[in-house]
Amino acid sequence: MPAVPAQDRVNDFVIKIATVNGTGSASANTLLMKAIFRSGIPVMGKNYFPSNIQGLPTWYEIRVTKDAHVARSGRVDIMVAMNAETYGKDAREVATGGYLIYDSTWPRPALFTREDITVIGVPLAKLCNENFNGVRTRILMKNICYAGVLAALLDLDLAKMRELLAETYAKKPKLVESNMQAIQLGYDYAKAHFACPLPLHCAPLDQTAGHILIDGNTAAGLGAMFAGATVGAWYPITPSTSLMDAYKSFCDKWRVDPQTGRKNFAFIQAEDELAAIGIVLGASWNGARSFTATSGPGISLMSEFFGLAYYAEIPAVIFDVQRVGPSTGMPTRTQQCDLMICAYASHGDTKHVCLYPANPEECFYFAIAAFDLAERLQTPVMVLSDLDIGMNDWMCRDLKWDDAWQPDRGKVLPLEEIVKLEKFYRYLDKDDDGIPYRTLPGVHPKAAYFTRGSGHTQYGAYTEDATDYQIVVDRLVRKFHTARGLVPKPVIEMAGTRTDVGIIAAGSSDGAVREALDVLRGMGVHANYLRVRGFPFNDEVDRFLAEQRLVFVIEQNRDAQLRSLLTLETPVEKSKLRSLLHYSGMPISSSFIVKGVLAEVAPKPLRAVSPGQFP
Amino acid sequence: MTFIPKPKVRHPSLPRNALGLTRRDYEGVLSTLCAGCGHDSITAALTEAIWGLSLEPQNIAKLSGIGCSSKTTAYFVSGAHGFNSVHGRMPSIAMGASAANRNLAYVGVSGDGDTLSIGLGQFCHAIRRNLNMLYVIENNGVYGLTKGQFSASADIGSRAKKGEENQQPPIDPVLLAMSLGASFVARSFSGDKAQLVPLLQAGLRHRGFALIDVLSPCVTFNDHEGSTKSYAYTREHYEPAVNADFVPFEREIVADYAEGETHPVVMHDGSRILLRKFAKDYDPTDRVAASGYIQERLRQGEYLTGLLYIDETQREFHEVNGTPDAPLNGLHLPALSPGSMGLEKILSRYR
Repeated sequence: MPAVPAQDRVNDFVIKIATVNGTGSASANTLLMKAIFRSGIPVMGKNYFPSNIQGLPTWYEIRVTKDAHVARSGRVDIMVAMNAETYGKDAREVATGGYLIYDSTWPRPALFTREDITVIGVPLAKLCNENFNGVRTRILMKNICYAGVLAALLDLDLAKMRELLAETYAKKPKLVESNMQAIQLGYDYAKAHFACPLPLHCAPLDQTAGHILIDGNTAAGLGAMFAGATVGAWYPITPSTSLMDAYKSFCDKWRVDPQTGRKNFAFIQAEDELAAIGIVLGASWNGARSFTATSGPGISLMSEFFGLAYYAEIPAVIFDVQRVGPSTGMPTRTQQCDLMICAYASHGDTKHVCLYPANPEECFYFAIAAFDLAERLQTPVMVLSDLDIGMNDWMCRDLKWDDAWQPDRGKVLPLEEIVKLEKFYRYLDKDDDGIPYRTLPGVHPKAAYFTRGSGHTQYGAYTEDATDYQIVVDRLVRKFHTARGLVPKPVIEMAGTRTDVGIIAAGSSDGAVREALDVLRGMGVHANYLRVRGFPFNDEVDRFLAEQRLVFVIEQNRDAQLRSLLTLETPVEKSKLRSLLHYSGMPISSSFIVKGVLAEVAPKPLRAVSPGQFP
Repeated sequence: MTFIPKPKVRHPSLPRNALGLTRRDYEGVLSTLCAGCGHDSITAALTEAIWGLSLEPQNIAKLSGIGCSSKTTAYFVSGAHGFNSVHGRMPSIAMGASAANRNLAYVGVSGDGDTLSIGLGQFCHAIRRNLNMLYVIENNGVYGLTKGQFSASADIGSRAKKGEENQQPPIDPVLLAMSLGASFVARSFSGDKAQLVPLLQAGLRHRGFALIDVLSPCVTFNDHEGSTKSYAYTREHYEPAVNADFVPFEREIVADYAEGETHPVVMHDGSRILLRKFAKDYDPTDRVAASGYIQERLRQGEYLTGLLYIDETQREFHEVNGTPDAPLNGLHLPALSPGSMGLEKILSRYR
C-alpha cells in the first residue's frame, strides 16, 4: 500500500479506537488519555458506546489538542480498528493522510483499498496468544497491547503508563506487571517494524497543570456532597446512574462517622422515578437538602410531582443527564432534547428554574447553586447536563472550594421567630419578592400548616374561590420573575470587531461553538457569542438578542427547543433567529457549526481555506 | 358534612394527658365528608389514640395522597404539619420525610383506591423498606369523589349503588402486606372504636411499618343492600381474632385476663401490647399460619380483625441504612462537607 505523507501535526490530531464493548478497551483508552494528559498536553476523550453489556461495537475518540479545544473536530487522523465488524466503516472515516492500525493476525488486504492513508498492521492477537494464557486474559491484553503500539507511534512515555497502572491497580500489583508486559509487546513490535514516532505524535507540554480530567456526573455528585445534600433518591437510568454512584462513593468516604460508623446521608434506590422524586420532595419538605438524578424518561415520569412541588412550593434538585429521545430513544447517545419539558414540566401553568452547565466544572458549581436556588426560591431546580458532559472525561480547571461558604437555606422561620408570631400563614408575600416563608415539621405547633397540591389561599387553606386562587398563582409569577435575577448569568464573549451577527448556545455545545468562532475569525467572519446558563432568562439575554441583527441558535435537538424558549420567553423577533440543529446523538462538532454559519454569512476573502479542512 | 362549627371552648374539667393537653388540642379543621362517613370515626379514633399517647403535636407529621380518606389528615391535630400529596404517592413522601427526620411520628392516611390501585407499587415498597410509620387504609371498596366506581378492594359479587355487580377479585391489603413481610398488620372497623384506638396506639409505637386496614363504609355510594362494605354487612361479617390493649411503659398492667388468652408483646420503647385472642389457635407471631387462617376466613366471607401479625424484631429503614440517631435535617456543614482540604485530596485522583 503506498504511503501518503501525513501532515506534520504534533499535539494536534484525533485518534479513534474501534473495539467491541465488554472487552476491557475502556481501561486501555483511559490509560492512553491520561498518559497524554500527564505529559502536559491538553486532551479530549469521548466514548461512543452501545446500550449493551457485551459484544456490540464501541468507539473511543481521543483528541490531542495543544490549543485545548474541548469539542469534537469532526475528523479522525488515526483509527485503531480492533473490531472486524466495523472495519469498512472505520477505514472510510480516516482523513486523507491519516493512519489505520489493525490487528494483522488475520490480514485483510481486500478491506483496505484506500491509497490516501497509511495502514499499519500489528499482529496483536498473535502477540498476546504467545504470551498470555486464558481466553479472557488474551482478549483483555490484546486491547492493552494496542496502547503499547500507540505509545511507540506517538512517542508516549512508558514510565507514565506504568505509573498510571500502578495507581489503578494499587491493590493488585500482579495486574500492573501483566498489563505492562502487554504494553511492552505492542511497543517493541511497533518500534521494530515502523518508523517511530509518526509525524503525528505527542511532545510533552506544560499546559495541564492546575487541571483535572473528570466527568460531569462525578463532578455533580461531588457538588451534591459539598452542598450538604443528605438525601439522594433515584431509579437507575443511563446516563445518570454514575452521578448517584459518585455521590454515594464520596459519602461513603467522607460522611461516615469514624467513631460510630453511622452515615450522615440517606441513599435510597427507589422503585421507580415517581417514587424517587416523591422521596426528594418529602425530604426537602422536612428540611433536608435532597436530590435525584435521572434522564428524559424519568423527567416524563416525575412530571406530576414537579407540578406539586411548583404549586406547593417545595425545594428539590433534579439532575437531568439528557440522552437521545423520544421514548427510550438511544440511551447511550447524547442530545439536548429535554429543554422544553424541563422548563414547563407538569400539567397546568407551571414553570421551572433550569441551569445549563457546559462542562464538568460547571456541573460541580451548578450543583451547589441548584441547592441554594431551590431553597431560596422554594421550587424544583433542574440541572440539565447531558451524556456527553456526564459520562465523558473532560479536562477542566481545578475545582475550588471556599471554606467560608454557607448554604442559603432560604426563608425558613426558626423557632425564635415562630413563637413571636400570632399565627403562621404559609403563602404570604411579606417581602414583595414572591417568595413566602416556610416552617419545618418538628419545631412548634404554631408553625404547622397544611401542604397541598389542591387550590389554596395565601393563608394555606383549601379553596375553590377564584380570587383566592389567583392571588397565589399570580404571586408565583412574581417569584419566577425574582428567579431571573438569581440564576447564573450568561457568559457573553463579544467579537471584538464590529458585527451584528450573534450566536446563542447552551450546555455542552460551548466547546464546539468556541472552536468554531476561532476558525470563523480566521476567515474574517465574526460573531458575538452568548451562552445561556439559566432559565428564566436574565435581562442580559434580552439585551443581547436586541443588539444583534441575526442570531444563530445552536443546539443539539431536532425541534429547536432553545430557540422556542427564546421566542416564548423574550421579546425577540422570531425572524432574527436561525437554528443550527445537531441531533445525530454524537456530540456536536466545531466543523458542523462552521459550515452552518458559512452557509448564511459569507466569509471575507482574507486567506484561503483548504477544502479538506471541514469534512 | 356538618355545618355547625364546634366552639373552641375548653371546659376546665376536660381530661388532660401527660402534656396537660385535652382532646380538643388534638383536633383539626372541620370535616367536609358526608354525615355518617366511616372516615370521620377513624379521625376521631386517631385523635383519641394520639391524645392518649401524649404525643407532642409538632412531632407528628400527617401524610396522605388523594381521595376522601386523604382529606382527613386536615381533620386531626392542627398543630402537626400535614401533607396532602398526589394520588397514590404518599408512601414516597413519607419515605423522604422519614429520611430527613427519623424522630417524628409519621401518620399516613390512605384509601383503597389510593393504596391498592394507583399507589400499589409505592405501598409495597414502603413495606419492603419497613418504613417507620403508621399507615391507615380507610377501606370502603368504592371511589367516592368520582361518584361510586368499584375500587380494587371490592369483593366479587358486591353490588354498586346502581346495581352493577363487581366481577373482579379483590386485592386484600392485609394478605398482601403479610406476603410482603410487613412487620405489623392489623384490620379493624370504623365502627369499633374500642378495638381501633389501641390498635392505632400500638401501630404508632411500633418501630417499622404498621398497617391498619380499617373497613370504613361509604354512606353515600356503598352502604346499600348487596354491598359487602356496608355498615350492616361489615357488622355481620367482621370477626375479632386478636384484640390489642396498648399499655404505655409507665403504666402497670391491671386488666385481668384469663390465662392462655393473653399474650404480651414488648415494644422497642418498653411499652407493651396485650394481645387478647378470640380465636384460640390464632398466633399473630406466626406469619405463615396467620396468613392461612386469614385467607381461610376470608373465603368464608369473614373479615378477621385485630392485630393479625406483629414482629418487633424486624429492622426498620434507618437501622438498615445506618443513619445517626439525630435527624439528618439538623446536621450542620462541618458534618457534611470535606472542605477545601478534602477537595484537594479528592481531586488528586483526577490528575
